[in-house]
Amino acid sequence: MADIYLDNNATTMVDPAVVEEMLPYFSEQFGNPSSLHNFGNKVGFALKKARKQVQKLLGAEHESEIIFTSCGSESDATAILSALAAQPERKEIITTVVEHPAVLTLCEHLGSEGYIVHRLPVDKQGRLDLDDYKNLLSDKVAIVSVMWANNESGTIFPVEKMAELAADAGVMLHTDAVQAVGKIPINLADSDIHMLSVSGHKLHAPKGIGVLYLKRGTRFRPLLRGGHQERGRRAGTENTTSIIGLGKAAELALENLEYENTVVKAMRDRLEEGILTAVPYCFVTGDKENRLPNTASIAFEFIEGEAILLLLNKIGIAASSGSACTSGSLEPSHVMRAMDIPYTAAHGTTRFSLSRYNTMEEIERVIETLPPIVAQLRKLSPYWEGNGPVENPEALFEPVYA
Amino acid sequence: MWDYSEKVKEHFFSPRNAGAVEDANAVGDVGSLSCGDALRLTLKVEPETEIILDAGFQTFGCGSAIASSSALTEMVKGLTVDQSLEISNQDIADYLDGLPAEKMHCSVMGREALQSAVANFRGEVWTDDHDEGAMICKCFAIDEVMIEDTVRANNLSTVEEVSNYTKAGGGCASCHEGIEGVLSRVLEERGEIFVADGVGALPKRKKQPAPADDSINSAAEPIPDAATSTGGMTNLQRIRRIETVLESIRPNLQRDGGDVNLVDVDGRNIYVHLTGACSGCQMAAMTLGGIQQQLIEDLGEYIKVIPDTEIPVQLSAEA
Repeated sequence: MADIYLDNNATTMVDPAVVEEMLPYFSEQFGNPSSLHNFGNKVGFALKKARKQVQKLLGAEHESEIIFTSCGSESDATAILSALAAQPERKEIITTVVEHPAVLTLCEHLGSEGYIVHRLPVDKQGRLDLDDYKNLLSDKVAIVSVMWANNESGTIFPVEKMAELAADAGVMLHTDAVQAVGKIPINLADSDIHMLSVSGHKLHAPKGIGVLYLKRGTRFRPLLRGGHQERGRRAGTENTTSIIGLGKAAELALENLEYENTVVKAMRDRLEEGILTAVPYCFVTGDKENRLPNTASIAFEFIEGEAILLLLNKIGIAASSGSACTSGSLEPSHVMRAMDIPYTAAHGTTRFSLSRYNTMEEIERVIETLPPIVAQLRKLSPYWEGNGPVENPEALFEPVYA
Repeated sequence: MWDYSEKVKEHFFSPRNAGAVEDANAVGDVGSLSCGDALRLTLKVEPETEIILDAGFQTFGCGSAIASSSALTEMVKGLTVDQSLEISNQDIADYLDGLPAEKMHCSVMGREALQSAVANFRGEVWTDDHDEGAMICKCFAIDEVMIEDTVRANNLSTVEEVSNYTKAGGGCASCHEGIEGVLSRVLEERGEIFVADGVGALPKRKKQPAPADDSINSAAEPIPDAATSTGGMTNLQRIRRIETVLESIRPNLQRDGGDVNLVDVDGRNIYVHLTGACSGCQMAAMTLGGIQQQLIEDLGEYIKVIPDTEIPVQLSAEA
């Protein structure tokens, strides 16, 4: 039986139509778009087309608002550092506790360099309190950077509303939208969002290509200076093949947006319902009313995520875990902790992220094979006895140190 | 995905001795739910002979935590309590054909659960003295707390010193930013300011051949043209210089329970014998790389440090 890939929030398969679109630009059309001759000229036109395709997916007003970068992280860093460089008198940053490390780690570093970083907390469903946010907006804030949708729980933040509030306060807003683009409708022309990050490989384009959307007029300072490429806002010879691939992927994403929100969503809902019915002591994390259509984050209590993933992998099912069993400190996912998911469950949170390539048959197979895996690991767990957890696990299992 | 050995995978997929032993008279708990790793070891010990008759484990943890627990229960059965205490976390890792550096703490947890269970058997209370911080040096699995304590205790002020005392940063060097962070913090506490030593990387003329990563293989190939430049020293002067350098490194190795001895010098090939904790240690290649680097710097010539097990036959016959 073929393996089942349910880790599309990590990365996606490059759509075959995207590969086909890219191939000629490796060999026949290898020119540098900056060159005057025929070799370069045609590539230049292909880039223009790709830029238009991305513009359309994002609903941007001008094609010149699209800047191609190497990845989502570069777009994030460019946006935040640009806002600080362009407004040196403003020393504050507003972000959230659940951002991707691309933003979180950078902000932490900026904090160590003297900037004041406000991290908005979330409630148990992963939602922000907009009153908290409003109170922080001031003329000391250089930039607000909030993700559009969370990579772990799929929870969607009211970014458009937050951009409106920021605009009223005269503050720049950037959103890391790598998980949202292609999964929910976006219309930047009608929003107050100044900057937005896209990552190609999250929407069936190749790895190594990203976009920074920059609303016309927004003050900007490039991260990479050097060439005239991207109108001097991002130097470096264009990654032509990947840009062309991303253009095609953007076109396909727009075509599939409805499918994503109906068929893919129905598969996700069936997966959750099937697992929750068959497995005791597990629950869905995040804001169920307001989240990405493809993401199911399920916390299995009293077992650890990596062990679940290894056993799933053995039977050909790929998922992922927020568990961070890699360092000495072994903190569970910062997103789960921010939502106050108890330790008994946070370590066992498993993320299933679907794409338009999944089928209902695959989902049924997961629903069938997962429950025995959870039961097997619980049998090994000191917090589990017979058919349920030991009473008051924290107290009963009491090591000499904690 | 982690680079787990076949043995780790095998113990994870089919764990031995899972579950609690009935009528256990020695129980050791370590870890906690919050830290994401918890292990309960239950032993049945024959009171007169103190022989461990049966062992069982219950683990909440990742793949290597389950495999380490399984391995430990296999290892202790049939041993006396005293013998079992001689099992080190490295022994548990070795039994599993090694663990990734980031996962070595799983074997440490096994070792601690054993100490805790033995204390329980003897009616004592075991207290844990180790405190783990965030991992800084992934090459040698050195955490922040360890670096901070060492910097404090020895009044260190440079990254190089930290590497010499803890090994942290002595491998791929990508953690030097983290080490500088610890140094800045601790130095600030004692009213000093951390000043980095130049740009960090050595100038080209001082650069040594890459040690660490590939020295396991490359160290085994002696340099063919062995009789060239020896830095204008007589053979005796040169050997004495080499001895002096090894002498200065020795305390570092001895701190880790190991040692190094000069076996032979053949042109640019310097043969050494690693003993104690150094021999067979996964980090032996790294240690050799470090010795080589110091010797190159001191002698001002390119040499190669090779373990004595790699001495060519005719040479060892002469020696």
